[in-house]
Amino acid sequence: MTWLHLAIISPFLLAILIPFLYRYARNIHTGWFVFLLPLALFAYFLTYVPVTSGGGTHQANLPWVPSLGIYFNAYVDGLSLLFALLITGIGALVVLYSIYYLSKKTEPLHNFYVYLMMFMGAMLGVVLTDNLIVIYVFWELTSLASSLLISYWFHRQASIYGAQKSMMITVFGGFSMLGGFSLLYVMTDTFSIQEIIAQADQVVESPLFLPAMLLILLGAFTKSAQFPFHIWLPDAMEAPTPVSAYLHSATMVKAGIYLVARLTPVFGGTPEWFWLLSGFGILTLTWGSISAVRQKDLKGILAFSTISQLGLIMCLLGLGSASLYFTDADETTMYATATLAAVFHLVNHATFKGSLFMTAGIVDHETGTRDIRKLGGLMTIMPVTFTVSLIGTAAMAGLPPFNGFLSKEMFFTGVLNATELNIFNMETVGFIFPVFAWIASIFTFLYCLIMFFRTFTGKFEPSNYEVDHVHEAPKGMLISPVILGSLVIIFGFFPNLLTYTILEPAMAAIIPDSMNYIESAIFNIYHWHGFNAEIFMTLGVVAFGALLFINMGKWSALSIYQKERDPLNRAYDGSLDGLITGSQAVTRIQMTGLLRDYFAFMLVFMVMLLLYSMFYADAFAINTQDLAPISPHMWVLTILFIAATLVMPFINHRVTAIITIGVIGFLLALFFVVFRAQDLAITQLLVETVLVILLLLAFYHLPEIRKETFKPVFKLTNAVISVAVGVTVTLIAFSAHAMQHERPFGAISEYFIENTYELTGGQNMVNLILVDFRAIDTILEVLVLAIAALGVVTMIKLRMNGREDV
Amino acid sequence: MEILMSITVGVLFMVGTYMILTKSILRVILGLMLMSHGAHLLLLVMADLKAGAPPLLGEDATAFSDPLPQALILTAIVISFGVTSFLLVLAYRTYKAHQTDDLEKLRGTADE
Repeated sequence: MTWLHLAIISPFLLAILIPFLYRYARNIHTGWFVFLLPLALFAYFLTYVPVTSGGGTHQANLPWVPSLGIYFNAYVDGLSLLFALLITGIGALVVLYSIYYLSKKTEPLHNFYVYLMMFMGAMLGVVLTDNLIVIYVFWELTSLASSLLISYWFHRQASIYGAQKSMMITVFGGFSMLGGFSLLYVMTDTFSIQEIIAQADQVVESPLFLPAMLLILLGAFTKSAQFPFHIWLPDAMEAPTPVSAYLHSATMVKAGIYLVARLTPVFGGTPEWFWLLSGFGILTLTWGSISAVRQKDLKGILAFSTISQLGLIMCLLGLGSASLYFTDADETTMYATATLAAVFHLVNHATFKGSLFMTAGIVDHETGTRDIRKLGGLMTIMPVTFTVSLIGTAAMAGLPPFNGFLSKEMFFTGVLNATELNIFNMETVGFIFPVFAWIASIFTFLYCLIMFFRTFTGKFEPSNYEVDHVHEAPKGMLISPVILGSLVIIFGFFPNLLTYTILEPAMAAIIPDSMNYIESAIFNIYHWHGFNAEIFMTLGVVAFGALLFINMGKWSALSIYQKERDPLNRAYDGSLDGLITGSQAVTRIQMTGLLRDYFAFMLVFMVMLLLYSMFYADAFAINTQDLAPISPHMWVLTILFIAATLVMPFINHRVTAIITIGVIGFLLALFFVVFRAQDLAITQLLVETVLVILLLLAFYHLPEIRKETFKPVFKLTNAVISVAVGVTVTLIAFSAHAMQHERPFGAISEYFIENTYELTGGQNMVNLILVDFRAIDTILEVLVLAIAALGVVTMIKLRMNGREDV
Repeated sequence: MEILMSITVGVLFMVGTYMILTKSILRVILGLMLMSHGAHLLLLVMADLKAGAPPLLGEDATAFSDPLPQALILTAIVISFGVTSFLLVLAYRTYKAHQTDDLEKLRGTADE
């Protein structure tokens, strides 16, 4: 246990204390206690910056289940540190914001901060450990914490729906991911990511490579809301706004991105990885940006915007993985730009999306609505919120001089470079990347305009708002968005602050093999590239986006614009309902509540299984030689016996049936006599007599039942089943008898016959087996009788509800 | 003899199965009794039916019939007797409590 391990689990430890703090320090908002931890952790992680920026890594080992290869090994490199700083930094700002956002009088704050700390610890665990199983454990904890936070206001139906949906989808992905991890273990015999990366060459050649990759990507895509698993994210907007800002824009949805980046050294450089990532990424980007335009709710727009930006990052990671394919400076550098852009945009997105969620929360908090059809004219009323929104929206739209512009330019460079690839079939279809990227950027620009202008410009209509006096938010609530907004500007003007300290070490973790070939020039991010294709694409985006916005009146009446729900929700709801009704239908068919049906299922199954296995093993046999001779009186006895048995189902009177069963039992005793089993015959006679008396007692001396008659209804299915059972038993008996001479050992009875007298002093072998050789059977059989007798007495005597007496 | 007895066992199982597939509790119990008869007989048949004297050493014979299956069957008879009598009393109680011996009417309610 080192300080690093302690840092990872410290949020969990704090979470234990939170309910006490909430209970015993009612006057102070619980958030203030919580606030200190992420702040301290952020400072702690900053001390690792010198380590990683020099290209170093830090590892601290702690065995958890060593016998299964599970070690809670903390591992810090550039990529982990980038995420850890994002998690703790934005975590601190979000906690600060939530202190002003959630009232301490009306909200169950202990729940909120326990879930939030649980989430933060889980997220730190995901990014700071080296063991796949540990990552999986923390991964599922983030899903759980996220669902708890979405359903924070659990009395709302929509919250429950959103929480359930996100849980279903992310846990589905989590399970697939576990499968993928297990396959990686099968291939490499280790769960440690660093050791797997060292064996990457073997992994790529293994036949399990593709299944493992698909399963892991399923986990990453569901968590990071990639098409078509993005549908949970818009419904997760039912969570309190600080949660949306933290989980659903800056951290949790980037866990999938982290996983993909982390495993790029293993899977990268292959066409499957390249195509799945960049293909689904660009699809998500386009789909998300077009869907965002249709939203009328501020958080809805931001949710789809998050989806589309995550698609962008995923696409860039895919494109960047191509650089692992090459080993010469020019091409490696060209495609590594995409990876740099991905990492850079990851940081940028966290800053501006966090601030935008917070300003949306402020607007909601101060006006009581987030509907852009009701909002308007808030520019002069909320000047600070307006300014922060302007910065955030401009960065999201990709306008200079903010950081979004830089990463957008690098994104365009990345997709344009991709068209020059001559591997992975890119020479034929590579052109779709810039085309889709450009279209998506136009829609991104459009929804940024809509969100910004519909909220802050136009005429102020007090009647639209439920709040009487709309005014600027309190200062405390503004601190966090202002800090994030400032970061947007700082990273915009001084991007190289980040490149050498954070971005380059992160890149070294994502594409380690390429780092030797990359020319250092690409790390110099600057605003003015000269008149190249990227700048014209940006100009085109601005022009078309503005044109679409100005002409909104013409196309906003289209029905496609009016609908807000993503059409894929219908598939999700339909399949969930179908699953429930389908399983109910299956249960209704099976679980009829009738004993007869269950007997029939069991018997049919057994008959089919037995006959099939006999057929499969070619085990049908009959032995007609070496049989015991049949004496004439046996024929009579057997025919009588079979006739008495066969007549049983046709008897329509109770007492006759009981007498017939007595006859069968006595005939069986006669068989035992013939087969020289004297003890059996005696026992059978006694038992049968007692049973017949019992049967008569139970079913004849009941006055009510005497009048009723037996109704033996003939049922064909029953007859078929019973004939099948009878035939199966007979066939098995034939085969067993025919093959008993093939067994490699003789009967054990020779021993009993030879030794009974010497060992026990008795002469009746059956009795001596029962009480001497195998007496434990007899003891337990006595116990059975005792239990049956007790049960009978209890049933007759005991009346729990006292309704009746006998 | 073994073939004839195997067929007899099959008939016992067939009729027993038919009986347990009907609605009346009494018939189900009778069916179970027939099936246990079948099982006991089968145990005996699967041992050698040819060998000579009863398994009593005082007989002074050269060959005895196999004593082990007989001991097994004796145990089985007693156990099935215990179970059958328990079932009988259970059926009797069921009848007293619900005034019916029709299994289709004894399905209970949906929430049980």
